[in-house]
Amino acid sequence: MNTNTLENSVTEVIFQLEKVSVYYGSFEAVRKVYMDIPKNKITAFIGPSGCGKSTLLRCFNRLNDLIPGARVEGKITYHDKNLYSKDMEAVEVRRRIGMVFQKPNPFPKSIYDNIAFGARVNGYRGDMNELVEQSLRQAALWDEVKDKLRENGLSLSGGQQQRLCIARAIAIEPEVLLMDEPCSALDPISTLKIEELIQQLKQNYTIVLVTHNMQQATRASDMAAFFNVVTSEEGKRSGYLVEYNETIKLFNDPQEESTKEYVSGRFG
Amino acid sequence: MTINNSSRPQTSKQKSNFDVGLSRRFALDRIFQIACWTAVIIGLVALVVLLVDVVIDGLPRLDWTLLSEFPSRRASRAGLKSALVGTIWLMVLTAILTFPLGVGAGIFLEEFVKDTWYAKVIEVNISNLAAVPSIIYGLLGLSVFVRLMEPITGGRSVLAGAMTLSLLVLPIVIVATRESLRAVPDSLRQAGFALGATRWQVISSQVFPLAFPGILTGTILALSRAIGETAPLITIGALTFIAFLPPLSLEGLRTPFTALPIQIFNWVSRPQQEFHTAAAAGIIVLMVVLLLMNATAIWLRNKFQQD
Ligand SMILES: Nc1ncnc2c1ncn2[C@@H]1O[C@H](COP(=O)(O)OP(=O)(O)OP(=O)(O)O)[C@@H](O)[C@H]1O
Ligand SMILES: [Mg+2]
Repeated sequence: MNTNTLENSVTEVIFQLEKVSVYYGSFEAVRKVYMDIPKNKITAFIGPSGCGKSTLLRCFNRLNDLIPGARVEGKITYHDKNLYSKDMEAVEVRRRIGMVFQKPNPFPKSIYDNIAFGARVNGYRGDMNELVEQSLRQAALWDEVKDKLRENGLSLSGGQQQRLCIARAIAIEPEVLLMDEPCSALDPISTLKIEELIQQLKQNYTIVLVTHNMQQATRASDMAAFFNVVTSEEGKRSGYLVEYNETIKLFNDPQEESTKEYVSGRFG
Repeated sequence: MTINNSSRPQTSKQKSNFDVGLSRRFALDRIFQIACWTAVIIGLVALVVLLVDVVIDGLPRLDWTLLSEFPSRRASRAGLKSALVGTIWLMVLTAILTFPLGVGAGIFLEEFVKDTWYAKVIEVNISNLAAVPSIIYGLLGLSVFVRLMEPITGGRSVLAGAMTLSLLVLPIVIVATRESLRAVPDSLRQAGFALGATRWQVISSQVFPLAFPGILTGTILALSRAIGETAPLITIGALTFIAFLPPLSLEGLRTPFTALPIQIFNWVSRPQQEFHTAAAAGIIVLMVVLLLMNATAIWLRNKFQQD
C-alpha cells in the first residue's frame, strides 16, 4: 500500500487515512483506504459514479455521523489528532472543515442570510455586511446579486446557487474546503471562475475536490486519487482507492491499467 | 468499449416497440376523473343537506339573545353565553397546553432520537393513541385531573377540561409535527451542520421555520376536533347550567364550566320543540366558531409561507 501514501513528502500532511472503511448498515461502501492529504494543496478525487467519493469526503467533516446506519472504521487523523476520538467536537470540526455539496442546497432564505447564518452560529463579531460582500466576491457571484441580497437564495439559477453555497462555505473561514463536484451545474465560464477561485484559495486552504471532469482535475489539482468499484460475489459494489499520486504522474504515467483506461476516457 | 447498438431495433414505420394507445390512456384518465368527481359530489351533497337542514331549523332562534343570555329553563330566553365563553376558554387553554408539549415532543422524536428503538416504540404508541375513543380520555381525565389533581385543577373545572382535551389532541399534534419536520429536505440539515451549527441551531433557524406552517395547520385541525368533543367533557362532569362567566384570572381556571357541544347536547335531549330550535341555532354558532378557527389557520399558514 506504499504507493498510496505520499512518497518523500516534504509538505505537511493534514489528513491521514489508515485503513478507512465506510459502511451504510452492513453495506461496505468504501473499502480500506490509506492516504495522506497534503496541506494547502488541492487533492482531486476521481472515479466512476457510485465508487464512494462523496461518502469518503463526508468522513472528513464527520457528516456521516448524521446519516443513520453510517459507520466509519479505521483511523482518520486531522493534524495528527484522531478525528473520531471523543474529545474532537464534530461541531468544531465542521467549522474548520467546510463543505460544498454535490447538489446546490442554499437555505430557502435571503442571499444575505445564507451567508450570515454560518457566521452567526459561530459567533462572528466582525462587520457582517463586509463579510457577505467579500465572500460573494470571492465566489464570483457579487456582481450578479449585489442588488438583490434580500431575495431568496432559491430564486437564483442552479449555477448561481452553487456559487452561493461556495460563498457560504468560505464565509466562516475554514481551513479545509471539501468540494463535491462543485461545478457539475455550471457553465464553462462559471466553471473557470470557480477554478480560478480554487487556485486562489489554495494559498490559505486545503482543498479536496471531487470531480468527474478530467480536464478540471488536471487543471486544478496537485494530487489526484482514482477510485474504482469492485463487485463482490453477492453483487455488492464497494469502492476502493486504486491509485493516488501527483496529478501529473497519475494522468501521464498511471501505474494501474484501470487508471489508464479511466483517465484516457476508455473506461468500460 | 463501444456501445452496442445492434440489439436495439432500427426505428421503422412498420413496427414500433411502443404501443402508444393514446385513446385508451385518455379513456382511463377520464374514468378516474369522473370517479374523483363523484366522490367529491357525494361528500359535498351530504354536507350541504346537513347545513341547510340545520340552518332552516335554527335560523328563527339565531339572534342576539342566543349569544347574550345565560341558559334558562324557558326556551325563549335560553342563551349560549356561558357555553360560548367556555368553549373559547377551553380552546385557548388547550392550545396553550398542546402546542409546546406536542411540538416539543414531535421535534424531540423526529430530530433528536429518530433512529432509536424507543422512538419507534413511542411512535407506534402515539399512532395508536390517536385512535383511542375520546370517552377513554374522559375517564382518564376524570380520575387524574379531576380527582387526583383536584388541589391544582379545582375538580370539575375548565382547567381539567382543557387538560383532558389536550390529552385527546396531543397525538394528532405530535404526528402532524413529525410529518412537517420530515417534509423538510435533509440536504438543508446537512448544509447547516456542515457550517458548524449545533443541532439546536440547525433546527431552530433552518428546519423549524420551514415546518412551522404545517405544524400550525396540524395543531389547528386538532383543535377543531377538540371543539366538537362532548363525550370526554361529559365524563369529567362539565355542567350544563352555568349562569356566570369565569373571572379572567388564575382562579377562573378552577371554576366549573360548560361548552357549546354540551349545551347543544342538553338542549337536544329536552322534549320541548323550542329547545330543539335553540340547539340548531347553537350548532350554527359552533360551526361559525369552527370556520373562524380554520380560516385563522389558513391565514396564518399563508402568512408564514410567504416569508
Ligand atoms: N445515505 C446513504 N445510505 C445508503 N447508501 C448510500 C448512502 N449514500 C451513498 N450510498 C451508497 O454508497 C455508494 C457510494 O455512494 P457515493 O455517493 O459516495 O458515490 P459517488 O462516488 O459520490 O458517486 P457520484 O459520482 O455519482 O456522486 C453507492 O453505492 C451508494 O448507493
Ligand atoms: Mg458523489
